[in-house]
Formats: sequence, structure tokens, C-alpha cells
Amino acid sequence: MHGRSIRTHVYGWLLLTPAAILLVAFTHYPTVATLAQSFFTTGTATRPSKYVGLENYELMLGDEVFWKVVDNNLWYALGTIPASIAIAILMALWVNARLPGRGLARMAYFTPTVLPMIAVANIWLFFYTPEIGLIDQVASVFGIPGHNWLGDPDTVLGCIIVMTIWKEAGFFMIFYLAALQSLSPELQEAAHIEGASRWYFFRRVTFPLLMPTTLFVLINAVVNSFKLVDHLFILTKGGPDNASSLLLYYIYEVAFSFFDESYAATLTVVLLAVLALISIGQFLLLDKRVHYR
Amino acid sequence: MTSTSPLERVSHWETAGAWLLALLWVLPLLYAFWSAFHPPEYATRFDLLAPLSLENFRTAWSQAPFARYYLNTFMLVTSVLAAQFVLCTLAAFAFARFEFVGRDLAFGLVLVQLMIMPEVLIVENYTTMSRLGLVDTITAVGLPYMASAFGIFLLRQTFKTIPKELEEAARVEGCSLLQILWKVYIPLARPTYVAYGLVSVSYHWNNFLWPLVITNSVETRPLTVGLAIFGAPESGVNWSVVTAATLLAVAPLLVAFLLFQRQFVQSFMHAGVK
Amino acid sequence: MKTSITRLAGACALGATLAAGSVPVAQAATELTMYYPVAVGGPLTSIVDGLVADFEKSHPDIKVNAIYAGNYNDARIKALAALKAGDPAQLSVMFAIDIYELIEQDAIFAFDDIVETDEERAWLEAFYPALMGNGITQGKTWGIPFQRSTIVMYYNKDAFRDAGLDPEKPPATWDELVSMGKTLVKKDASGNVERWGAMIPSTGYPYWMFGALTMQNGQVLMNGSGNETYFDSPAVVEALEYWHALGSEHGVMPSGTIEWGTLRQNFLEGKTAIMWHSTGNLTAVKDNAKFDFGVAMLPASKRRGTPTGGGNFYIFKQTTPAERKAAMTLIRWMTEPERTAEWSIKTGYLGVRPDAYETPALQQYVKEFPAAAVARDQLEFATAELSTYQTGRVRKLLDDAIQSVLTGAKAPAEALGAAQSQADRLLKRYR
Repeated sequence: MHGRSIRTHVYGWLLLTPAAILLVAFTHYPTVATLAQSFFTTGTATRPSKYVGLENYELMLGDEVFWKVVDNNLWYALGTIPASIAIAILMALWVNARLPGRGLARMAYFTPTVLPMIAVANIWLFFYTPEIGLIDQVASVFGIPGHNWLGDPDTVLGCIIVMTIWKEAGFFMIFYLAALQSLSPELQEAAHIEGASRWYFFRRVTFPLLMPTTLFVLINAVVNSFKLVDHLFILTKGGPDNASSLLLYYIYEVAFSFFDESYAATLTVVLLAVLALISIGQFLLLDKRVHYR
Repeated sequence: MTSTSPLERVSHWETAGAWLLALLWVLPLLYAFWSAFHPPEYATRFDLLAPLSLENFRTAWSQAPFARYYLNTFMLVTSVLAAQFVLCTLAAFAFARFEFVGRDLAFGLVLVQLMIMPEVLIVENYTTMSRLGLVDTITAVGLPYMASAFGIFLLRQTFKTIPKELEEAARVEGCSLLQILWKVYIPLARPTYVAYGLVSVSYHWNNFLWPLVITNSVETRPLTVGLAIFGAPESGVNWSVVTAATLLAVAPLLVAFLLFQRQFVQSFMHAGVK
Repeated sequence: MKTSITRLAGACALGATLAAGSVPVAQAATELTMYYPVAVGGPLTSIVDGLVADFEKSHPDIKVNAIYAGNYNDARIKALAALKAGDPAQLSVMFAIDIYELIEQDAIFAFDDIVETDEERAWLEAFYPALMGNGITQGKTWGIPFQRSTIVMYYNKDAFRDAGLDPEKPPATWDELVSMGKTLVKKDASGNVERWGAMIPSTGYPYWMFGALTMQNGQVLMNGSGNETYFDSPAVVEALEYWHALGSEHGVMPSGTIEWGTLRQNFLEGKTAIMWHSTGNLTAVKDNAKFDFGVAMLPASKRRGTPTGGGNFYIFKQTTPAERKAAMTLIRWMTEPERTAEWSIKTGYLGVRPDAYETPALQQYVKEFPAAAVARDQLEFATAELSTYQTGRVRKLLDDAIQSVLTGAKAPAEALGAAQSQADRLLKRYR
């Protein structure tokens, strides 16, 4: 719209520069620097850093904890993403319909989103505490024996997943709500006239129309499944025996508890690679299936 | 606003289910209220006749400098938001209205931040801050977020929808570029600014990992980090005091949310739909 | 005119010389910055502020800026970060086990290199030897004890009576812990456990609790140079087998891991009759227990044993000689018998030197509250806390091994063997 004069180019870049500086400094440069750092050892005052090529990666591949953490993260993603999306759709459908008290319901569903995870983690710690915690207290009312939820490597990841679903579903509900409200009511009327059941209508009409939202929410959920580690600091610190540790938490531990920046950088490269793969996938998928403006 | 047709009636079972889910969803918050307002003996015992008490709040307030934490969080959130408004507006304006060389590539690089957030780069960003001498400052907590890809994306969308005639009209009146931005684009994008503002405040009030890494002292710590440290002493958890502290930390957002529920929800919807 | 100016200049010069001459030779006050952590709940910061104020009153030429740095981890990070940023503290209280990290970063002085007078050299010898364990390496003293603790056994006397046991005779041996523990377990009608016999926490700081069990079995976990560990020695494996058996075989403890943070609450609620925990919890238990409780030394296997815990004073290298002297003055003042007695009474930490317990204040306190003396008496059997180079990593190896055994995932010999070989790999280069 502005003629492509020199002024256009100059002004364009000038306007972009402030943001660009910060973006390069804290996103693009660190990404490259992390990759570079992963080829060196961590330096201390008495033992300076030196180039070691792929040695850190070899160490990583031989690191039992690394594989456990990756395994956990995959289960974490698998556990949180479908469940939180499904619950979000359900919530959105309910809140959108003529549910009595839907204002209150919507508020209740959305509340976890405004609360910081770290703050609520202590409360969930109480829920999961054996004997005196809420879940065990309720269970004992029904005569079911209690369980060491966070201390049992078989159940701890599940507990973390449940808390994450609780945090996420309300947030995704909002996007679905927006999408549902943009659907035309005539479709529903037509379907009713045709005698279609609500489930049929949902399956063949509503859900396909929600596809763009689902894809958007899916990307969000996947990225979050690598980002949301706050609750680990209070609930389990990654234990027992790394049964609930996630990649980002392990990175934090290695960098700030063990002070091994190079190994942390190596681990970060893995995380970045995964995120890059996802964004490429998103780019390809989105372009093909959905038309955005 | 809503498009509920008279056909979308909900069965009793579904109503019960929805309410049960809602109850489950607020359960943690309900427990926090219970535990914070009752003496420590009742933290795990749900005796309905238990006496109410404000002692936990007093203890929490005296055991950690919450006033300072509030101040830090407030400064953090406002400085980040102000910077985001300025930087993202300028960048979005460039992307929306200028066809400059390398624009599409630049926009692609900007979008990288949607995936690769500062949280993921804590190790290297800490080193950068260390070199800049900014470790343990509130500036350092907000700096990586001030150029927000999400903000640029949203504003660019919004700016693109503004009719060019308005800009032409302003041009005719002799406005410079920045004046056009100020008089035409920004006012018309107000809903986006409000929406983005609420999302940003929410996000940064609740942010934890990066602030944990980059702050060391009371003068810079935001509420989330203060609460985490408070709630995890080597000797053990005292739920009554910890939940009181938690409520103190989340109160502003919670109250704001309860009062401005519609706006909150609308903002997030607005931010996501695009 | 010229004369006036000359006169004025002369007067000024004279005035300046006189003024300079009359200023006392002593320099402006030396300023010290000190970081300290708080690891137990309570208003510790105000106690420290009080101590600092007292010090400044009696030492007007030294000004102290004591900064609360959070927990032990925070304090170390803060101190090292300030060092790197070129704005360092002169001294700090930090985790006793940080010693090798600080040496590796070339951050601290050995006190032997700073003490000048015979009096100061004698002062280095005034502390409980058990507390010096974590502060001495390479033949020199690097850390001076300040806020130190041990593990003690808290027990519910009412529960003992309820189970028909003598409330004045807590378990003194591993076998008694098993037998009395079994007696103390109370089950309800449907066979669910209402009260456990004992609980030893295995999250948070499992290596610390384990250090007690291994010392009781006669084995230390590492050497005094920070470059060798003994995780797979038979006595250590046996200790882990015992810990595991308490839960899985004897039913004295719940199986699986026991949460550190909620243990005190569990004890106060009567969910366990015995708990192993830091002396730092003494005041909290005293104030909140609705039952008659006792404090005892940990039971013996081949001998009694407990690790020490807590924080030491360190002096940093980036200091001027004047600052170093001032820091020494402060540290010596803080560790005088009266002061350390006052600190112990107010916080529950140990008095760090024998003559502190000779002071009237502590003598009175111990008379009124005998439980406060248990930790001190146990010092005779105490050993250093697990500390090596790369201490964070090595500790985690042991923590993971312990937790894998307690959750039934691995056998003790296997888990500890793996931990030992990995620790070896890390520590080899320091030998």
C-alpha cells in the first residue's frame, strides 16, 4: 500500500528494530548459543571449559535419567493432551447450552487458569498426601485403603497429569466456546428437523467445524506439555527416583543444582529439536487442512 | 451474544455432571479457603463447627515480606505490559502496513518465539543476563518477554482489518506516520489491546520458572517465587499458613477475575479466535 | 585584593591541615556484607538482625549488612552470583556441604591462612569435633560452625503407653526399633493401619537420613578429601536393606517413599508414633503437639550415629585485608559461648562449642527442657554430612538409589552398586 520506495523499507525495518533486538537477544541468539555450548565442557575457576565435540551427546545417550525423563514427558503429553481437550470440549458444550447455572459453571471451569500453578501445588500436595490427605480421607469413608500417591513411582506421574489436566481444560474451553458461538444456529435447527440425535449432530457437524480450534488448541497443549513443570517443584521434585521428572525440570536441575551448564545445554538442544519438529508439523498440517486468513 | 437455540436443552444427568465437574474444579480453592481461615488443628480435619481465625494470615504476612513481593510483581507486570504495548505496536504496524524487503522471513522468525519461549532457554538467557550485569533485577525478569510474538501476531491481524481509507484521510490532513499510528490504528485496535493486556498480566503474574532462576533476593522476587520458597522450608509444610500465604498471593487476580469475569473470558476468547 | 585571596588561601590551607591532623587515624568504618539462609520456619531474620545490632554497638568501626538469602540453595547461588558479578559479599553462612564447590570455584579462604595470633588458632579448636568434619579438608579449616543440627528421634509417649510400652524407654537398637515399632502399629477393624510405628522420610533429603543409618552400622559414606564415596560397601548395603525391610517386611513403616514435608504433620496428627527428623523441628513440635512427646538419640546398630547438618561461616577470597580482619572479628564474636548459647535457645540449633553449654543461660534452658540436650549428647556419635566434589550430582545419585530401593524397583546391592560406579566416574578426576 505504501509504494515500495526506499522509505518503505527503511521505515519498515526501523519500526521493527526495537522488538527485533529483544527477540534476537532472547530467542534466536540463545538458541544458537545453546547449540554451541553443548559442544564444550562446563568451566570452573580451577578447570576451564574446553571443546569436546559430541562427547556431551554421548554422555546424554548413556544417561539413564535422560531416557526416563524423555519417557515421562511422552506419557505426560499423551496423558494430558487428549484428556484436557476432550474435557474442554465437554465444558464448552455445556456452558454454551442452556445449562442452569452456566455462568457459575463457566467461572468454576476457568478458575484454574487465573491461579498460578506453583500456588495451587501446595493444595494438591494436601490432596495427595497419604493418610491425612483429602483423597485418602474420602477413600477411607468408603472403606477403600489409602495409597501413597506421590511416593509410588507407578502412580506419581498419573497424579501430576491429573493436576495438569485440571489446570489446562478451562483454558482450552474458552477457545471452544468462542468457536461454538460463531456456529450458525440454522445448522442445528436443520439437524433437529431431520431427526438427528445430539451425539450424531456433534460427531458429524460440530466437531468437524471445530477442527481449526482443535488444531490451535492441540499445538498449545503440546507446547505446554513441555513447558508446564512448575508443580514439580512443590509436589515431587522429580521423584521418587525420577519417576515424575520432566525434561525441562531435569534441565533446571542440571543447570542450577549441579551447575553443569554444558550438559544442560545439551539437554536443551533436544528440547528445542522436539519443539522445532512440532512447529514444522504444525506448519504443514495447518496449511493443508485449514484456511486461516 | 450466545447462539443457544431452544433445542439445546440439557438433560438432568448432564446438569448434574456439569455441576459435579464444576465442584471438582473449584475444590482446591475451596480447600485453600477452609485451611487458611481455620486454626492449624483443622487443616486436615473438616469439622464444620470449627472456629474461624485470621491468625494464619498474620503469621504468613510476618514470615515473608509479602508487601515487597506484591510491589515486585506489580512493577514487573506493568513494566512488561508497557514495553509490550510499545514494541509490539511498532512491529505489528510494520508487518501490517509496510512491504519491506525480508518482511515474510522476519515474520516467520518472529513466530519462532511462539514455540520456543524464554522458559525453554533459561540456561543461556541466564548467562546473557549475567554478562549484562542484570542478574537479580526486575528488568531481567521481564526483558525476554517484552517483544512478544503473540502480541505482534494479534496486533498485526487487527491492524490489517482497519480500512485503508481512514489512513488516507489522515494522510490528507497532513499526519506523519507515527501520528497516523497514534490517531487511527491504536484507537481502533482497543479491544485487542484490552484482550492482550489481560492475557499478559495473567501470564506474568503467574510466571514462575524464569523468575525463579533469575532472582535471588527479596527486592526482586515476585509473588510466585516468594510463595514457592515460603511453602517449602526444610522442616516441613504447615498447610494453614501456606494456604493463607497462597490466598494472599492469588487474591488480586482472583478478585479481579470475579469482578470482571465477562471481560476476562471475552479477552481470552478474542485472543484465541484469531 | 591579591593579598586577601592569598590570605584566604593560606587560611584554608592551614585549616585543612589542622582538620586533617585532628581526624582520628582510624579509617572510616569497614563495611561487611553477609548472606545467610533460613532453613527452619520461624522469625530467624529478626534474631539475626538483633545479633548484628548488638555487634555493631560494641564494634562501631565495623558495619554489617546481613542479607537473608532464602534457603541453603539460594544462599549459595546468591553468594556465587555476586562473586561473578564483581559485587561480592565478604563472608556468608552457607550449607556446610558446599565446601568443595566453593573450593573448586576458588572462592573461599582457609581459616588457617588467615589466623594470625595464637589466640585465634586456639579458637579454631574450640568447637565440637563432630561439627568440624564438614569444614576441614586438605588439612585446613574452611568453614566455622554456626547453625548446626543433627537428626533426632521424636516419639509419642502417649502412643507408647497406649501400646503397653514404657514411655521412658524409646528404642535404643535397630532390633528394638523393629520390635517396638511392630507393637506400636495400630490397625482399625478392617485391617487398615491407623497409626504406624515409625517413619523415616525418604523424599527431600534421603541421603541425610541414610547417613544416620550407615553411621549406625559403622560406615562413613565418603572420605575427607571429597573425592571418594563408599556407597557399595557391605555395611552401607546392609543399612539400606534394613531401611527397606522396616516397611516391606516388618510393616513398621508404610512401604514406598515417605514425604519429608508432611512428616511433622503426620506425627502431630498421631499417624506415626516415632519420627526421625531434624532438631530444627523441636520448637514446632513443642508448640503444636497435643500429646506427651519425647526426644531421643537415634537407635544403634553397631554403634549410635547421626550426620550433622546445617550451615557454616565462610570467608571469601575477594576481600581486602581490612575486610578480612573485620569478618574474622564478626565470626569470632558470633561464635562466642554466650552468643552461641543465645542463638541455640532462640532457634533450636545446636550450641556449636562445649563451653556454650557451660553458660548459665544454656544450663538453665537444658534443665527446663531436657529434650534440647539430646542433639548435643548425640554429637559424640555424629559424623559429617555427605559432601564431595560435584556434590549435587553425587547426592542425587544416592537419593535416586535409596528411592528406587524403597519403592521396590531395585535391590539394595544393585542400586548402590550402580550409584557407586557413577559417583566414581564423576570423582575420578579429582584424585
